[in-house]
Amino acid sequence: MGLYGRRRLANYLMVSLSLAATAFGLLFLVFVLGTLLKNGVGALSMTLFTQATPPPGSQGGLINAIFGSLAMTVIATLVGTPTGILAGTFLAEYAHGSRLGEFVRFINDILLSAPSIIIGLFVYSIIVVPMGHFSAWAGSIALAIIMIPVIVRTTEDMLSLVPNTLREAAAALGAPKWKIVVTVTYRSALQGMLTGVLLAVARISGETAPLLFTALNNQFFSTDLNAPMANLPVVIFQFAMSPYADWQGLAWAGALLITATILCLNIGARLLASWSGLER
Amino acid sequence: MSLSLATRSPMPPEEAAEPTAAESPLPVKVQIKDVGFRYGKFEALKNISLPLFDRRVTAFIGPSGCGKSTLLRILNRIYELYPGQVATGKVLVDGRNILSPGLDLNLVRAKIGMVFQKPTPFPMSIHDNIAFGIRLYERLPKSELDDRIESALRRAALWDEVKDKLRQSGLGLSGGQQQRLCIARAIAVEPEILLLDEPASALDPISTQRIEELIAELKSDYCIAIVTHNMQQAARSSDHTAFMYLGELIEFDVTERIFTAPRVKRTEDYITGRFG
Repeated sequence: MGLYGRRRLANYLMVSLSLAATAFGLLFLVFVLGTLLKNGVGALSMTLFTQATPPPGSQGGLINAIFGSLAMTVIATLVGTPTGILAGTFLAEYAHGSRLGEFVRFINDILLSAPSIIIGLFVYSIIVVPMGHFSAWAGSIALAIIMIPVIVRTTEDMLSLVPNTLREAAAALGAPKWKIVVTVTYRSALQGMLTGVLLAVARISGETAPLLFTALNNQFFSTDLNAPMANLPVVIFQFAMSPYADWQGLAWAGALLITATILCLNIGARLLASWSGLER
Repeated sequence: MSLSLATRSPMPPEEAAEPTAAESPLPVKVQIKDVGFRYGKFEALKNISLPLFDRRVTAFIGPSGCGKSTLLRILNRIYELYPGQVATGKVLVDGRNILSPGLDLNLVRAKIGMVFQKPTPFPMSIHDNIAFGIRLYERLPKSELDDRIESALRRAALWDEVKDKLRQSGLGLSGGQQQRLCIARAIAVEPEILLLDEPASALDPISTQRIEELIAELKSDYCIAIVTHNMQQAARSSDHTAFMYLGELIEFDVTERIFTAPRVKRTEDYITGRFG
């Protein structure tokens, strides 16, 4: 076999291996989604959205958990987005190789990969213990802490992609720095930054560990942020482990809801990232 | 425009074709004096001194890395965006040293417009691109703002092409149109000096020609400094030419003389394409 033949064979081998690896990964994804659909779709019903989680052996829904998850995610996003964007802006626009910038970036990278259970324990010890009880506030803060490093990172990355010539052009007109950042740089990076926020929301919407230590759970519908609050991940955790078939059914339904939400968020992020050339 | 015109001395007669720049009777707008430039340990410019005349085009030419862009970037202190870069010496604009630290940098930059090699439209509408600079200094009623935008676009020879799509994104224009948009944006602020950093090098020949025609028109109102790699462009569009090499000013003279009878051997070698 000549050189060309050997190259063809090597190429063929590599392509086959890559395809096999892809198929292996996809197999599990399809398997997971398939099981979820099979068990989840059967458990879907309107009562999910009208009734709170039931005691074992009776009918019920997930409205308290759905509301709790939404409420805590919204609060976490309201806290995490401005904090993350401002810190990312500092890193990209102001920290130019300074010691402080390097330090903040390093700490942020550590936070980014910190296990979420550690963050749950941290919030437990600084908020739940002093307050003496679990609360939705504590849950929101734990989620915000998970969100911030994700947003810091994407914001910094997206701002760094904005060409310096654009900043120079604005500076050459005599625009002060803050004005350049807000009116020129942010506008150029807007899509990427929003995509980052959406991905961060997707990331926290399935978090269980930090909520176990902070918001815990609530059998009843509650809007009191100062009290324990139900949420989908913890309800799924408790109900799926229970011996009761109707609880297990609700857990499947909840899992399907979360997955569908995250899927929508990811599709939204992709659409946002590819959306361009339109009127801004 | 009328405001800045009033402060200028009257136009010198065209036939004042002086033998050398040094003996010139033209009004000096910018006097560059012993300017040096360093970043880190690298000395990018050494002892540069030359005048830029009002209502004339001065071209900076020289091989890559000779410091011509660096010199241009000192004239509006845009280099200061990057820490670690230090300029020494003086740049006197109408007699005032703009390199002195106490100066209000943004007001300096209002008088000195700059256009870059690559077109840099902001991600906003054509209208807002021009309004951006104006709004930094003036609060105008809408009709007046629109008039200013129209006149800037007309001066940049872009009005007819964009008048029906002022609300569309500036990013949707062609490269040559984007560059003229940037020129319009710069002159909308009513500067007195225009710095052009290879403004046509990223453009096709037809757009290049339009930019050169535009420079010829704008010359009657501004002091223009242009950095160019293209020697024909320097010969065509400038009145004076500065030839730079390795961070030093080798020769500065009337463009015609630089291109026909340079006094320094190295200039001649570069002009005739023997190096660079």
